[in-house]
Amino acid sequence: MLRYAVRRLALMVLTVLGISLLTFSLLHLVPGDPAEILLRQQGVMPTPEALDKFRAAAGLSEPLPLQYLRWLNSAIHGDLGRSLAVSYGRPVLPEVLIRLIATLELASASLAFSILISLPLGVLSAARRGSWLDKSLLIVSSLGTAVPAFWLGPLLILIFSVYLGWLPVCGRGGLEHLILPALTLGIGAAALTSRVVQASMIEALLEDCILTARAKGLPEMHIILKHALRNALLPLITISGLQFGWLLQGAVFAEVIFTWPGLGKLLVDSISSRDLPMVQGCVLFISLVFVLVNLAVDILYSWLDPRVRYDR
Amino acid sequence: MIDEILDILKGDRRILLGSTIICTIFLVAVFAPLIAPHDPLAQNLERRLSPPSSEYPMGADNLGRCVFSRVVYGARLSLPIGMAITGTALVIGALIGAISGFLGGRCDEFVMRIVDVLLAFPGLILALVIIAVMGPGILNASFALVAVGWTGFARMVRASTLAIRDAGFMEGAKALGASDFYIIRRHLLPNVIAPVLPMAFLGAGYSILALAGLSFLGLGVRPPTPEWGLMLSDGRLFMRSAPHLMIFPGIALSMTILAFNLAGDGIRYALDTKSRMTDEALWR
Repeated sequence: MLRYAVRRLALMVLTVLGISLLTFSLLHLVPGDPAEILLRQQGVMPTPEALDKFRAAAGLSEPLPLQYLRWLNSAIHGDLGRSLAVSYGRPVLPEVLIRLIATLELASASLAFSILISLPLGVLSAARRGSWLDKSLLIVSSLGTAVPAFWLGPLLILIFSVYLGWLPVCGRGGLEHLILPALTLGIGAAALTSRVVQASMIEALLEDCILTARAKGLPEMHIILKHALRNALLPLITISGLQFGWLLQGAVFAEVIFTWPGLGKLLVDSISSRDLPMVQGCVLFISLVFVLVNLAVDILYSWLDPRVRYDR
Repeated sequence: MIDEILDILKGDRRILLGSTIICTIFLVAVFAPLIAPHDPLAQNLERRLSPPSSEYPMGADNLGRCVFSRVVYGARLSLPIGMAITGTALVIGALIGAISGFLGGRCDEFVMRIVDVLLAFPGLILALVIIAVMGPGILNASFALVAVGWTGFARMVRASTLAIRDAGFMEGAKALGASDFYIIRRHLLPNVIAPVLPMAFLGAGYSILALAGLSFLGLGVRPPTPEWGLMLSDGRLFMRSAPHLMIFPGIALSMTILAFNLAGDGIRYALDTKSRMTDEALWR
């Protein structure tokens, strides 16, 4: 267990370093002189003197590895620079953290919705194979994985906000604001998760222990919930963890559609306005959360299922 | 009717249905000028936002352009570019995976750690980063998706390579004095490419979706090009008064993705006895 966790952690450190390197390189990979880009965005004419002065002040004339270490050092200490957008000029970190909370809220709600829908659907359709529920799940899940969130979102707005007037069109606030964006993201996830739950439930129901339980004359409900479901829950944990990472990314679309003030929307807006420090901050945090979630899932999984440790 | 749909979704007929839809969309793309009743870029401001009619089967958009013609011409963009993105990612990934697995040792270790790091990175965010660096546009967006997409293929081909690296026919070729390049090209690649096929189909569906998504965010295809994601993004603004702007491109996009998913699932089912068994357990 420990060996596996250490190996997994080493990979994570490597990944985090990769993320930081990529984030740092953003500014230098953009075509053009970074000093000139930064100056122009601050509204200063990039004269040779101004450029020299700026480079010296911002440490841009030093060798790149040194700049990277300097950047990494200040990033670890919570200094990610200042936003270049006209209306901001604010430090990147607090803004990113506020937005991160909104994104996590949305992704968690979507995941909760997805599990809430897919667990009973998957279990019931596995227990009642051949029923109308089983059949309709197959059709709905095939469709659910094919419908893009950026189409589903506006359709849901059209139905529930415009025609029925039940829910707000956009923005963040109470629970009613959360429902539509969480549905938009969660339906695709639920389509996939319900299939996984169903498949692992069917597999679990074929085990010998189920036969024994049936032979003992246990009630069917008891067999399904106590014996089969426990074995079938493992894949659900893995898929949910992976889904959470996927939802963090997918949140970009839901956030743009519902003007949800999350990290994804901030990232897209910052890319459009070429606000590089803000882009760096967003990328850094989305990736970090993504990597951490995957790490947590892997370790949790290997803890719950000891076979995994020996496999790798 | 329902039972027929179920039959298709269950087994090998998924390939048939998926490829039929793909072929239909392909034909629509090829014969777009014959099918489309109007020039997809021609504006008729008198008809702006008009609902579907006999003249405009899917209505007209905010600039009075024929939505049907734009959906038809959209196939010309989404289908070939989505397939090209996946094709390129497949070729790059398969080559890197095969070479890495075949050579083994430090080279393999190094390449696979890079793949691990890239796979641990959220793909869409990486694509957005690349676009942030290179600027929006269809070429850059496609490049970003290739850069994100090759890793999965590489890992898969490497795994199959390891499985047959020490097989008799490989050793035989080596003993006959064949060069590494020759062995990889003639013996290795043809044997490891089959398992990748279903992934390529699913990947093509994903590429089409991702490209449309990037265009939707304003980071992919630029207006006024008829592209489904872009049409969805424009149509969203006129959702209340003219929902048809959004509905039809969405149907076209979803159908295309569904077709690739079906074909990919079907091929996986046909190739892989293990998944066939679980599928049979699943759908009997």
